[in-house]
Amino acid sequence: MKNHKHKSIHGLPQPGSALGNRFAYITLLLAAFGLMLLGKADVGVMERARAHVTDGVAPILDFISRPVASFDRLVEEALALNEVRDENARLKIEIQYLMEWQSAARKLSAENSQLKSLLNFAPGTEPGFVTGRVIADTGGAFVHSIVVNAGKREKVSKGQAVITNDGLVGRVHGVGSRSARVLLITDLNSRIPVVIESTRTRAILAGDNTERPRLIHLPPGAAPNLGDRIVTSGHGGSFPPGIPVGIITQLSDGGVPVKPYVQRDRLEYVRIVDYDLQGILDANSAAEGVGVFK
Amino acid sequence: MKSLFWQRMDLIVRSLTPFILTLVLVVLGQVPLHIPGFAEVAPILPLMAVYFWAIYRPDLLPATAVFVAGLIQDALSGMPFGVNAAVFVIVHMVVLSQQVFFQGKSFLIIWLGFSMVAAGAVSMIWLLNAMVFTSFSSVEAAFFQYLVTVGIFPILALMLVRWQRTVLAQI
Repeated sequence: MKNHKHKSIHGLPQPGSALGNRFAYITLLLAAFGLMLLGKADVGVMERARAHVTDGVAPILDFISRPVASFDRLVEEALALNEVRDENARLKIEIQYLMEWQSAARKLSAENSQLKSLLNFAPGTEPGFVTGRVIADTGGAFVHSIVVNAGKREKVSKGQAVITNDGLVGRVHGVGSRSARVLLITDLNSRIPVVIESTRTRAILAGDNTERPRLIHLPPGAAPNLGDRIVTSGHGGSFPPGIPVGIITQLSDGGVPVKPYVQRDRLEYVRIVDYDLQGILDANSAAEGVGVFK
Repeated sequence: MKSLFWQRMDLIVRSLTPFILTLVLVVLGQVPLHIPGFAEVAPILPLMAVYFWAIYRPDLLPATAVFVAGLIQDALSGMPFGVNAAVFVIVHMVVLSQQVFFQGKSFLIIWLGFSMVAAGAVSMIWLLNAMVFTSFSSVEAAFFQYLVTVGIFPILALMLVRWQRTVLAQI
């Protein structure tokens, strides 16, 4: 065994082939750096290539990620059994609290529609949704993105907002025919126009590859407070306004860190907000929305 | 005659397994595990395979194969094309140049070697990303990813050692 290994290892890096090896390494490294430059010069070509590779691997990832997800759920359920009593008590209190909110919301909703009719308010178009399952979480410290199993076939297109019930997940960054890559709001390259909900102060939420993206470009004199909710502002195109993004949990000098509502490890199904798909899921989502206030 | 053919096929398929395993690790690294806080520090699995095969069977995972695995890693992970390809090829080159040193060394030395190679690799990935994106990623996150990568290495290496002793024993 040992002998055998010895022989095969000395088969490759012989002094005679050292030059050839060096040439191969130099060629490969030049190719790699060439690709990096090309990627900077022509983003489109690289993104198409990436989409093709992702599309090719998507069925495999789809297959693998299913059992992983169901196993996780099993473990979670088992752990949750322990806390059912406590949770029940807590939920009862929460229901009481939410009932109060519901009545407040009903009142406001009625008032809102009355005022809207008084003002002859033109409502914005209701967006449609495409729901996708998260089949890959690229992981790592350098890129924060996920891959969902919905693509051009489902009319997903670049730049659309991706949300869950908790809030904003990110933005569609690349689309293949059956998969799409979503840049999370925590990614280094993510810039989301937001407003502080209570004060309507505009800012940009910039990711830096940590779990806490930061508010930058706050207007001078703006004083964000602990506990302020951050929502999308709707400026800059494809993002509908008012999607909850996160909450300020800490104040510091170099940009205000925001704790996102969406937890990356809990992402399983996400909704891709699609303005071009009006009417398909419109009725449903509208009915859902009304249901809350009924 | 026919058995000879199948024997050859068997050998070819077996000798392809280091490359296939490396690709499998590239894909496995992308599976969402839903563990809180894990995704940010998920280990760079294919790096371990590149290091391992460069030490034990560089003939079965040549630089070109490493380059291809790096490109696929780039495509799937969302990093700029060429970053992982360059880093994997450099790791391959460095480890191969230290071939004589790694010969017959204990597992602890191999692990220590990996901890140094991985430090270099993660630093390079950080630097290349910073150059392409022209902004700096969190050093802290990169450091934790490095720690997790080094920590997971023994588990994966043991599996690869078993593979080498069983599937690749006759090649």
